[in-house]
Amino acid sequence: MDSNSAEQKDMASKAHADVHADEKAAANGKTAKLRIFRGDSGGGELVDYELPLVEGMVVLDAVLYVQAHQAGDLAVRWNCKAAHCGSCSAEINGKPRLLCKTRIEEFDGGEIQVHPLKAFPVIKDLVSDISWNYQVSKGIKPFTSDEQAPFTMYEEDVERLYEPKKCIECFMCQDVCHVLRTHHKHAEFAGPRFFVRNQWLEMHPMDNQDRLHDLKEDNGLGLCNITKCCTEVCPVDIHITDNSIIPLKERVADEYYDPAKWLMRKIRGNRGSRNGAAARNGSRNGN
Amino acid sequence: MASNGNRDTARERYETREYDVLIVGAGGAGLRAAVAATENGLSVGIVTKSLLGKAHTVMAEGGIAASLGNVDPADGWQTHFMDTMKSGKFINNWRTAEIFAKEAPDRVYELEQWGALFNRTPEGKISQRPFGAHTYRRLCHVGDRTGLELIRTMQEKVLATDAEVYMETTITKLLKSGDRVVGALAYTRENGKFIHFKAKAVVMATGGWGRIFKVTSNSWEGTGDGVVLAYDAGAELVDMEMMQFHPTGMVWPPGVRGLLVTEGVRGEGGLLRNSEGDRYMENYDPERMELSSRDVVARANYTEVQEGRGSPHGGVYLDITHLGYDGIMNKLPTMHEQFLKLADIDISKEPMEVFPTVHYTMGGIKTDPETGASNVPGLFAAGEVAGGLHGANRLGGNSLSDLLVFGRRAGEGASAYVKESVHSSDIAEGEVLTEIGRVLEPLKKQGEGESPYLMQQELQEAMMEHANLMRTGDSLKEGLGKVLGLKDRLANMKVQGSRLFNPGWHTAQDIRYLIQISEIIIRTALERTERRGAQWRLDFDGPDDELGRVNFIVKKDEQGEVGIQKREIPPMPEHLASLFEDKVVDMAGGEKRGAESQF
Amino acid sequence: MSSIAAAWKRLPWWVEPMAVVFALTAFGIYSLTIVVFYPGVFQEYVSPFYSPEVGRPDWLPWFITAPVLILWIPLGFRATCYYYRKAYYRAFFWDPPACQAKAQQLDRPWARSTESYKGERALFVLNNIHRYFLYATIMVVAFLWYEAFLTVFTPDGFQITVASLLWFLNIVLVSAYTFSCHSFRHLVGGNKDCYSCIRGGNVRRKTYNFVSRLNTRHPQWAWYSLVSLLATDIYLRLMQAGVITDFPIIGG
Repeated sequence: MDSNSAEQKDMASKAHADVHADEKAAANGKTAKLRIFRGDSGGGELVDYELPLVEGMVVLDAVLYVQAHQAGDLAVRWNCKAAHCGSCSAEINGKPRLLCKTRIEEFDGGEIQVHPLKAFPVIKDLVSDISWNYQVSKGIKPFTSDEQAPFTMYEEDVERLYEPKKCIECFMCQDVCHVLRTHHKHAEFAGPRFFVRNQWLEMHPMDNQDRLHDLKEDNGLGLCNITKCCTEVCPVDIHITDNSIIPLKERVADEYYDPAKWLMRKIRGNRGSRNGAAARNGSRNGN
Repeated sequence: MASNGNRDTARERYETREYDVLIVGAGGAGLRAAVAATENGLSVGIVTKSLLGKAHTVMAEGGIAASLGNVDPADGWQTHFMDTMKSGKFINNWRTAEIFAKEAPDRVYELEQWGALFNRTPEGKISQRPFGAHTYRRLCHVGDRTGLELIRTMQEKVLATDAEVYMETTITKLLKSGDRVVGALAYTRENGKFIHFKAKAVVMATGGWGRIFKVTSNSWEGTGDGVVLAYDAGAELVDMEMMQFHPTGMVWPPGVRGLLVTEGVRGEGGLLRNSEGDRYMENYDPERMELSSRDVVARANYTEVQEGRGSPHGGVYLDITHLGYDGIMNKLPTMHEQFLKLADIDISKEPMEVFPTVHYTMGGIKTDPETGASNVPGLFAAGEVAGGLHGANRLGGNSLSDLLVFGRRAGEGASAYVKESVHSSDIAEGEVLTEIGRVLEPLKKQGEGESPYLMQQELQEAMMEHANLMRTGDSLKEGLGKVLGLKDRLANMKVQGSRLFNPGWHTAQDIRYLIQISEIIIRTALERTERRGAQWRLDFDGPDDELGRVNFIVKKDEQGEVGIQKREIPPMPEHLASLFEDKVVDMAGGEKRGAESQF
Repeated sequence: MSSIAAAWKRLPWWVEPMAVVFALTAFGIYSLTIVVFYPGVFQEYVSPFYSPEVGRPDWLPWFITAPVLILWIPLGFRATCYYYRKAYYRAFFWDPPACQAKAQQLDRPWARSTESYKGERALFVLNNIHRYFLYATIMVVAFLWYEAFLTVFTPDGFQITVASLLWFLNIVLVSAYTFSCHSFRHLVGGNKDCYSCIRGGNVRRKTYNFVSRLNTRHPQWAWYSLVSLLATDIYLRLMQAGVITDFPIIGG
């Protein structure tokens, strides 16, 4: 045991040999330049920072480097650093992006301006107060089923629900949506994120709730003019407009704006129960 | 709910909030506990350091292990129990593992009832995939984002209850009245306002402490707040030496080093090769190959690189190209995206480079299997912060079911405790102000001081060097010296700026936890002088049968130092022990074979 | 192709809305002019603009020509189309002109205030009539297919000419545009929650998936079919004017 203890120690300590790869990579002398918004609800300004450029560096790496070495109180939200949690949303050169997924190299040495999400009140630096989104979320009827799990559901019935379920709640669609950003309709409008959520709820074969009334009246689906900025910024490639909002608009049209369907309902007798829409749509529930 | 100022010198004002149950942490376990407590009609407050839905649960990719038997009808709780015990090298709490294996299926179905959507079998049931060291195909999954599905479902469930959520709020101390925990002090990260939470019971669900290492799959949050808060309040901790290194973390580019590559890749048939093109797992575990338990695969990957058969960036190759583009987009879309966006690698065409990364903490607060209660009255724990279920090594997919099974049990346990208790949650005068004063110290410090960021880096590098997945007594002792040195320097810490969302100040709080845990890990690692699961002492030859019958229990002693006690594991009752009777030889052999072939 | 797309992305944000304004205005003026002022029928073939032929009552005012009696259908279909709505809300109403922070900060001088925005709740709620334009357009498309076949099965026998090829290309693109419509997608399967619970569900699902795939390129079909319509019309018009002679490929 003693004879090879030196070897053992070597083995144990080598484990961190690669840890300094980032320092090595930075030794090439290249630098990255960033302009980061520094300020709070009272206003602020862009501040220039320069730091060693590491191969494959993302904007979040750079921001965290600045935080650790140059500005200890620089506020930024982040968690997983892998584009899975949707915490590090900010505006890079005027477009909402995930800091952890935006490579520095992408800008070819051009200017990189980092701002917080502007559709919500700024708290400090790159952090905005996005709590409004959670209030909206609380107002949406939760998934409700008459059936008891385990459900028998087939892939072909649920395959289109995987897409809206991918949402990581980065709220960049909410940030870029002009209904909120420009027109400040926070009181009447739920925003793209919550149409995405409503879509899977509405289309889930086991959900028994009528969501169309809420969508039309409370969530302001009609305020959306399908101009697709939300789809353009979605970091997990949910086709928000085509696959969530428009299908919901079509279902609302079925219920409220289609004279023939309205007439049919009158003739057949109004199935005005809460489950009416679900039943008509071939849901397992409510019939 | 009343807001009251401080009657004293009125230097610092704070709010007071009162709940029946206070839940610390809003990952899967905390949220499940909250649902249980609200269902019992209690008032619940949830405190989380991040925003709701961002907890580390979201990072779980592979799936949730439960013996539904949808794909392999032969599966049942018994096999799941045996797999869990074997993988934990039999130092798990067998009662915890039994409850776990029996209740996991119910928790999965409950998730489905609440709106979670899993991939389906052709028969319309929940689909299950194979995973490392699970006998049967057992992981219920939805692509490679099962954790997201779990936390979003739980989040939406909790939002539909009356529980109140305090986002971006940090707990700094558990407050006690006599020997009971009766609340906690917290501050809001947004503006540094203090809140005194009065609560009849507190459930700890703060997750792990992977951030003590430099290369980790954990987010900044994984600083082990809960385990140190509980330790300071007098709770017993168990198996603290057991840190899981996930076999496959990303290697390149440097910024993403340590980022998790899901075990689902191997579950779907991914092959590990070294730079010479060999499927080297043949030499480590020829039966289970890539799907061996995590500790074995991690050491294999590590050894291949150390012996010079690594890739250019210091990893091994993980190849899933045979699944083809469509297969990958169906089963592992997140991985495809992750490598394409962050490393410019198309995993449908090229292999990935991977290396072990710190992933999970098996040890934690010692809890009662039935109720999640710690030894401190009023303090409960569930999820990664609790210890006992996983023993010396956790099986992939067991963490998500752990969260739900014991999140629920802790919530129920806390509810029962609250309903029986008549105690008040008042605390001694002045205690809150003293704690506030301590928390504000780094902001008020005059003159020169040390940066918390740099101290954290120093600690992470020391732990990486001395308490890695291969350990020796000498190196551990050297590491202990460094950690204790850092502990002495804690008072030097100084942060710039105000209390308004100041990450420097927040880091200054975290570092105290990180240093305390590091000390505990090294001290317990020095005690367990053997090779068992995640604890691999190079200066000892193999598993020690005697140590295989004990857990190391940590408790703060009367001098305020780390007290370690060796505690005998009670023998398994007949109905559990008999399950293993045919397989005793096999499991001992498996352990020995792994040891011999490597060294 | 991707480099063109990349170059397009690098252009200033106002290029795209301006291009849309130009293209839609030009097409609008052209089509209105020809159907109102040149409502003639061509010698051999009929322009897609003038199909199907309908009888025109004499009491109608002069500018309601026979083609105008049909043209409102495809025009209404496009005007209420989810893609064109996006295009004109952005290009003509600047709500918003583009997604960048700068573009969204612009004032709209014609708006009373930023809060006066009504989206598709006030006047534009009428866009929900889209599905009825779809039903009517499907009938028009059927006639166009009939007309297309007439260009090859002439009284003189089977023939294929450049004109007939243009006709077919146009009707294929117009069909792709029509059947990739969001309302059509809703009609064939988007309105169902559970295919395995209804009779014929499997066919519904497959149709829905097919339409969904077409639908991802709905904007492209919209523009391609607009261009093909224009190209066919101009080609036939030049033929009629004697500027060019149709080029026979087979028969003729």
